[in-house]
Amino acid sequence: MAILVLADHSGATVSQPTRSAIAAAQKIGGDVHVLVLDGEAAPSHAELPGVAKVLTATGEGFAHGLAEPVAALLVSLAPAYSHLLAPGSAAGKNVMPRVAALLDVQIISDIAGVVDGDTFQRFIYAGNALATIRSADATKVATVRAASFDPVPATGGSASTEAAPGITDPALSQFLHAEIVKSERPELAAARVVVSGGRAMGSADSFKILEGVADRLGAAIGASRAAVDAGYAPNDMQVGQTGKIVAPELYMAFGISGAIQHLAGMKDSKVIVAINKDEEAPIFQVADYGLVGDVFKIIPELEAELDKK
Amino acid sequence: MRHSPGVAAPPQQDTAQAMKLLVPVKRVVDYNVKVRVKADGTGVETANVKMSMNPFDEIAVEEAVRLKEKGAATEIIAVSIGPAAAAEQIRTALAMGADRGILVEVEGAVEPLAVAKLLKAIIMKEEPGLIILGKQAIDDDMNATGQMLAALMGWGQGTFASKVELAADSVTVTREVDGGLETVKLTLPAIVTADLRLNEPRYASLPNIMKARKKPIENLKPADLGVDASPRLTTLKVEEPPKRQAGRKVGSVAELVDKLRNEAKVI
Ligand SMILES: Cc1cc2nc3c(=O)[nH]c(=O)nc-3n(C[C@H](O)[C@H](O)[C@H](O)COP(=O)(O)OP(=O)(O)OC[C@H]3O[C@@H](n4cnc5c(N)ncnc54)[C@H](O)[C@@H]3O)c2cc1C
Ligand SMILES: Nc1ncnc2c1ncn2[C@@H]1O[C@H](COP(=O)(O)O)[C@@H](O)[C@H]1O
Repeated sequence: MAILVLADHSGATVSQPTRSAIAAAQKIGGDVHVLVLDGEAAPSHAELPGVAKVLTATGEGFAHGLAEPVAALLVSLAPAYSHLLAPGSAAGKNVMPRVAALLDVQIISDIAGVVDGDTFQRFIYAGNALATIRSADATKVATVRAASFDPVPATGGSASTEAAPGITDPALSQFLHAEIVKSERPELAAARVVVSGGRAMGSADSFKILEGVADRLGAAIGASRAAVDAGYAPNDMQVGQTGKIVAPELYMAFGISGAIQHLAGMKDSKVIVAINKDEEAPIFQVADYGLVGDVFKIIPELEAELDKK
Repeated sequence: MRHSPGVAAPPQQDTAQAMKLLVPVKRVVDYNVKVRVKADGTGVETANVKMSMNPFDEIAVEEAVRLKEKGAATEIIAVSIGPAAAAEQIRTALAMGADRGILVEVEGAVEPLAVAKLLKAIIMKEEPGLIILGKQAIDDDMNATGQMLAALMGWGQGTFASKVELAADSVTVTREVDGGLETVKLTLPAIVTADLRLNEPRYASLPNIMKARKKPIENLKPADLGVDASPRLTTLKVEEPPKRQAGRKVGSVAELVDKLRNEAKVI
């Protein structure tokens, strides 16, 4: 049977976590279909290699990705599929457990490995343990930990596109408004370089000095929970167990102690750099390159050094 | 909003009469414990390890208590599903301001679907107007129970909440989503799951801890609720994740940039 992947809602383009979810679907094996909630997104998703069909759904509730109508739609499509997957983004995590319960199956959150169609790996206890689990449910419903699957390329395929059959919106919720910050920077989950700041940054204003480093490296900006809680950075920048999981080529942690909950979100990065004035800070235990010192002294030096050559 | 924040509102008959709140609280390994994988690969070491209420559930309890203090709700019921010792976590919720507890005693891990089914059975009896759960349990990291419960009840869901405004027949929830915040309005009854920024939970005062000892806790078994709590997932193996080797310290910014350029070749 085929596998259905619910795509992230990201305007006309395909998100990198969606491409990772498709990679996970291909590991399971079988025809891969993609459901997009925005007609505008159909052409870009039809170009994904290895995707046989793109289904589109349009309507008010779908446009905002509300969990209740989106779950109802997935449930109506479910009989044709062995697996229903979505990226482990805020949207996927909102919808997929609801779908699973409606189908009377146990959701498998954030799969980090595919053993076979019934057997998956996932992290538990903030990444301190890796469990291999087997599902006895007829339909498997799962979200995919993007950092664990190399995304499929953005182009190369040519899927057919068709409209998903209509459903009745259960009308349990209503979208009022959103405050979405549009940034010129790369997406945190997809960036090749991430520059993150912690409590040490001291204020929202001084947190901004990380932008100079990020600009020079084409990096996304991340933050620890302490920095977000203190209002230095917006909530969607939080990296960690309960924030975003990132696995860039280069992760630079400025004034972050390295609590286990933070490490859970970044320890798959290829190269980790830690800058901290405390040479005993736990972050140094996972850092490839550590530099002991004051971030406010080091950041201007770093900018100057990056400007050379 | 029925009441302006910070102003102690007079008890309001209409909503208050209808508004019972239910808060599920899970007993988990304390977030400060460095958990160890058991040598035989069957799970993690939980014997003689400090246990606490799941941190997100403390936030959920706090939110419920604040709603009650504002006069928007009359009664708070804390529910835990787990071993007999989970009564400790219910007591903590009672000391924070919940009124009574329900313990559904189950040995071994209970998956979110089974938890949701047990909670549904309790909801059918208690008829609360709003359920506030944590967004995620820090042991299984599933982030699922609230959404699953909303599905089983056929109710709307406001997950990852950073703000909750309760009115007579609806609740407005500001949610932490990718890229920022989103606000949805749900018809009551409804399900909310608490994110980190919803509030800062209070510490229970000693008098309140004493008072909590006298508050009632009802003991149930899954069979009393007519629910089959057996798991759908089998754990085949639990292992240590690959370890990262600590690298080395560099002496200067120039050395760092040189290493990144010429050794790691990442910039
Ligand atoms: C349920 C739960 C979920 C959580 N989820 C997350 C999560 O998803 N992500 C997350 O990050 N955390 C999470 N946490 C919080 C986590 O436990 C830590 O509290 C948090 O990561 C600490 O942030 P920090 O490193 O910025 O702050 P601190 O731990 O306060 O560290 C600040 C560091 O900066 C250094 N420093 C200070 N001044 C300077 C300076 N001028 N120059 C250089 N270095 C300096 C200090 O030496 C210290 O090491 C969670 C906690 C709980 C309970
Ligand atoms: N055994 C349990 N007892 C009580 N509440 C639970 C239990 N398991 C999960 N929950 C609730 O569901 C939330 C999400 O848990 P999870 O879906 O396991 O990540 C928790 O924060 C609790 O509010």
